[in-house]
Amino acid sequence: MLAIVGAFLSLLGSAFFVLAAIGLLRMPDALNRMQAGTKATTLGSILFLLGIGLMRPDFLGRIIILILFIVLTNPVSSNALARAAHAWRDRIGLKMTPDALAEAEAEAAALASSTAEAASAKPTSEVQHDA
Amino acid sequence: MRTLKARLIGFLGLWVVWLLLTSPWSAQEALVGALVAAFISLLPLAGRSPLGDLRVTPKALAYLFLYFFVFLKALVLSNLDVAFRVLHPKLPIAPGIVKVKTRLRTSLGRLLLTSSITLTPGTITVELRGDDIYVHWINVTAADSAGATAAIVQGFEKYLEVICG
Repeated sequence: MLAIVGAFLSLLGSAFFVLAAIGLLRMPDALNRMQAGTKATTLGSILFLLGIGLMRPDFLGRIIILILFIVLTNPVSSNALARAAHAWRDRIGLKMTPDALAEAEAEAAALASSTAEAASAKPTSEVQHDA
Repeated sequence: MRTLKARLIGFLGLWVVWLLLTSPWSAQEALVGALVAAFISLLPLAGRSPLGDLRVTPKALAYLFLYFFVFLKALVLSNLDVAFRVLHPKLPIAPGIVKVKTRLRTSLGRLLLTSSITLTPGTITVELRGDDIYVHWINVTAADSAGATAAIVQGFEKYLEVICG
């Protein structure tokens, strides 16, 4: 019985992987691809691993550790990728209608240039890409 | 300097991971794991650990338990939402970066909040500056800061405020 539930969960998880793959193909730019791709894999991999854990109960402890590590590391790498993509948004053609971060950076850059005489005020490298 | 609480939580975390790794258990392995975990958690490491921000009152622990399910629900719902957008022939997305505000003060609270936002599909934390979190949102329904905060953050924040302020 447990094996059947596990197999079903694994199937459901792999269905989310398929959706992630379709999303990767269909989404227009880098950040949206991350949304569809790396994100659908969270539930996908959690369900997939849980399914394997239910089919083989002696692996369950290690499976839980794997899920824990995915949950801990996935946001960090996603955040790094998103920041990098945003810093290069003009070169990779990102389209965002409200871009609060770019506005904040433009404000910071304006503030920095207005006080440019002060030696300590230097714009960040992200701002230098904008121009 | 690390507080005693941070060291205790660190010890428990390390030991639980070790126990999960070595299941099925034997007393010898558990004992050695406890000794090594105690040694690591007592190392005089520099900097303060975010683990010390966790509150250990019964209410906070109950909320931590509840938060698990709140997060799970958000994860499933947003996964289905993104799946719907991916499969929809017209690809109904309106991506944008919105600024949301957080009331959380501790680093652990902010870590949990930003990680939860990133793990739920449809939203990625791009940047954290002061009290402002910049979130890439696949379908912006509220461009202003207050509306976006209500939509993205407040469901998690209500619980995280109790768990780790």
